[in-house]
Amino acid sequence: MTAVDQTRTTRRTGARTTAEIRPVPFSRLTLVEWRKQLDTRAVRWLFVIIALLTAGVVTVTALVGDGDVSFETFVSTTSTPLAMLLPIVAILATTAEWSQRTALTTFTLEPRRGRVVGAKLLTAVGSGLAFFVVAVGIAAVAHVGVVMLRDASPDWGLGAMTAGMALMIVLWMVQGVAFGLALQSTPAAIVVYLAVPSIVGAITMLLTSWSDVWPWLDLSTSSVPLITGGSLGGTEWAQLATSAAIWVGLPLALGTWRVQRGEVKTA
Amino acid sequence: MITVEHLTKRYGPVLAVDDVSFTAEPGLVTGFLGPNGAGKSTAMRMMTGLTPPTSGAARILGKPFAALANPGRRVGVLLDASAQHAGRTGRETLVLAALLTGVERRRVDEVLDTVGLTPAEAGRRVRTYSLGMRQRLGLATALLGDPDVLILDEPANGLDPAGIRWMRDLLRDFARDGGTVLLSSHLLSEIEQVADRLVVIGRGRVVAEGTKDELLRAAGVVVRSLDDQALAAELRRAGVDVEAGVHGGLSVAADAETVARTAAGAGVLVTELRPADSRGLEELFLELTAADAREEVSA
Repeated sequence: MTAVDQTRTTRRTGARTTAEIRPVPFSRLTLVEWRKQLDTRAVRWLFVIIALLTAGVVTVTALVGDGDVSFETFVSTTSTPLAMLLPIVAILATTAEWSQRTALTTFTLEPRRGRVVGAKLLTAVGSGLAFFVVAVGIAAVAHVGVVMLRDASPDWGLGAMTAGMALMIVLWMVQGVAFGLALQSTPAAIVVYLAVPSIVGAITMLLTSWSDVWPWLDLSTSSVPLITGGSLGGTEWAQLATSAAIWVGLPLALGTWRVQRGEVKTA
Repeated sequence: MITVEHLTKRYGPVLAVDDVSFTAEPGLVTGFLGPNGAGKSTAMRMMTGLTPPTSGAARILGKPFAALANPGRRVGVLLDASAQHAGRTGRETLVLAALLTGVERRRVDEVLDTVGLTPAEAGRRVRTYSLGMRQRLGLATALLGDPDVLILDEPANGLDPAGIRWMRDLLRDFARDGGTVLLSSHLLSEIEQVADRLVVIGRGRVVAEGTKDELLRAAGVVVRSLDDQALAAELRRAGVDVEAGVHGGLSVAADAETVARTAAGAGVLVTELRPADSRGLEELFLELTAADAREEVSA
């Protein structure tokens, strides 16, 4: 800041009528939230990590063993780092409003807070699916690679596992936003997101007498058939629904309630 | 136009804002003055819809803030210059607000120019900004939508004297063009030259309100004479409060005419008679807010 600029403020046009000013459309809010989700340095580093992890697991999968790896197995390989780390992008995009204190600006530019929550959910799911498509693309290249270089037999079939993975990525992205909204703190939300499945997992191991109950309560347990391409009957879907209600629906409801009513407080 | 009516915020046993009412008119800069913790920020957060009031209401341009369509185009808000994403550049911060409010991209360059941030500075991350630069960026965000109203909480905080003068000119021009400005400060010296009207708040309550002249009138006059003692005695007999002036003379809580008549009646020759200066206003400010604090303690 060297010279103080003496340029006068742009003249306010007295002729402007209020009719020209329309509410911010949801589409525009969503595009801005999307840009906010992706334009920070923290998120770019996260993408670098995801890219490196993906490159690593693809290389290992392609080189280790006989190299006869199907397209869908590669999809499972490439989408795993994504599924683990992309929800942190959703968490960061949400909690930054409080940890970086941008909520003051966000909610004065759009006081209808529910719409901001909606835009964050939509952009999180959108990013989840978009990057999953990228992961599928990388898997295709990898499969071409092993077919050409390691004499693998072409197997381009995609089935339940791919669909299940896509569904779970959507759920995990929503969960990231939900944890972010409910906790309004970056470290808390990330720790809870990463630690809770392990802790619950440990408890499921210890309390084996509850083994019939866990699939109804624990999302990690109930999602296993989905991401391993197993078949889901009515019971499995119901278990997925109840466990998702507990681990995704509940924090989302709590977080939305917290944002909707009460004060916008930062730090 | 900002209309605040019986605005009250209670946090448990604490009344942070207590029945505050005032109006900030278009064409004027209204200074919202009070010591730290007086309730200025809480009141401004209620005006901008971030904090729900316990009772009372605030309307901006005739509507509650949350009912404004695209409020970024009507009201420029700067509540905390530090509340900006450290990992974004200054320019990106403005581009996001421009995209959301739907103003043209060239406005970003215009407001950067207005607040005196160079393109190089705008390309740096906010993390590297001084508080003064953050204030300028926050002000740029507030001005971006070409609003009718500005609500600024302690905008001079962190600005150097040149920056404060620059901001004073900016806000004056904004008001002269028909805009409404409400800016808060805990330092009278920061806003007495820019504010057309002052609303003084202490412990959540409005303790004084009016133009600077009106408040100065309340602060009384300073008089010097050839026999201050005799004049003081005569004034006290007339029921007027008199104190020894800080730099000699007398500080009198009455208008000039009363003092002159009393002096003439007592046969004392007056050598100087003028309204209390802004030092008087400063004293008045401290007195108003301190008296309020004492009340709170004794209550």
